[in-house]
Amino acid sequence: MIRCEDALRDLWGYLCDEVTPESRARIAEHLDACRRCCGEIAFLNELRRVVAEAEPELPADVGVRMEAFLATLEGSTDDRPDAQG
Amino acid sequence: MEFAELAREQLPRLYGLARQLVGEDAEDLVQECLLKAYRSHAELRDRQAAPAWLTRIMVNCARDRFRSRGRRVRESPLPDVEDFSLYRVIAAEDPFPYSDSLHLDFLHRFGPEDVWAVLRGLPEIYRLPLVLVHMHDVSTKQAARLLSVPLGTLLARLHRGRKQFEKDLWTYAREHDLLREIAREGT
Repeated sequence: MIRCEDALRDLWGYLCDEVTPESRARIAEHLDACRRCCGEIAFLNELRRVVAEAEPELPADVGVRMEAFLATLEGSTDDRPDAQG
Repeated sequence: MEFAELAREQLPRLYGLARQLVGEDAEDLVQECLLKAYRSHAELRDRQAAPAWLTRIMVNCARDRFRSRGRRVRESPLPDVEDFSLYRVIAAEDPFPYSDSLHLDFLHRFGPEDVWAVLRGLPEIYRLPLVLVHMHDVSTKQAARLLSVPLGTLLARLHRGRKQFEKDLWTYAREHDLLREIAREGT
């Protein structure tokens, strides 16, 4: 069975399904027997969730300016796809 | 298909992506992306493909900016991160001795702006894959295509980037009193 140090390097890859089937099987075997690495992979999974939810929000004033920009695009003629031939 | 309608639906996501790619220049990048998209949107046949199409345009715009500003992409080795484990550092340092959910408490001290600030500190070469894969649900194969690198290179950058990100989260927590504040609450 692989050691914790070897499993540790591939835990992210295991979690995100980026490792080879052989590596996946070795890590799974290790996780069956290692409580600490199970704790670590649960932690990484939570970290992944925290990152996924950290997208910056669109500020209201920027949204207003973007709407105005879109209106300008729609109203323009030179930039229209059909105006470019 | 109305371009403005399609763009409006995607605006919050595009702005979020732009912030993660270029920070304070996000608004300019969104406008540049929308302009290019508008000029070519007649090519878009499938509305379902619009999010990926806009993501590709925005990433290309961002990469053009990096290049035009002479920011060279360097494969910096990021020494000492290969074996770093935030989980183990937290366990060893035990910053919240009264907590029975030490690791979750640590993570939950980070608001979105904190996470974003740590990500912004990563070199572009590592930040872009992380942002695309972990925040915008882009597959690793798609991310490799978007960034014009082989899949193996993309995976290696993701690996290094994640490790550096873990390390930077710990540094950020120490420098921004996230650890001390919880210690106070626990006493």
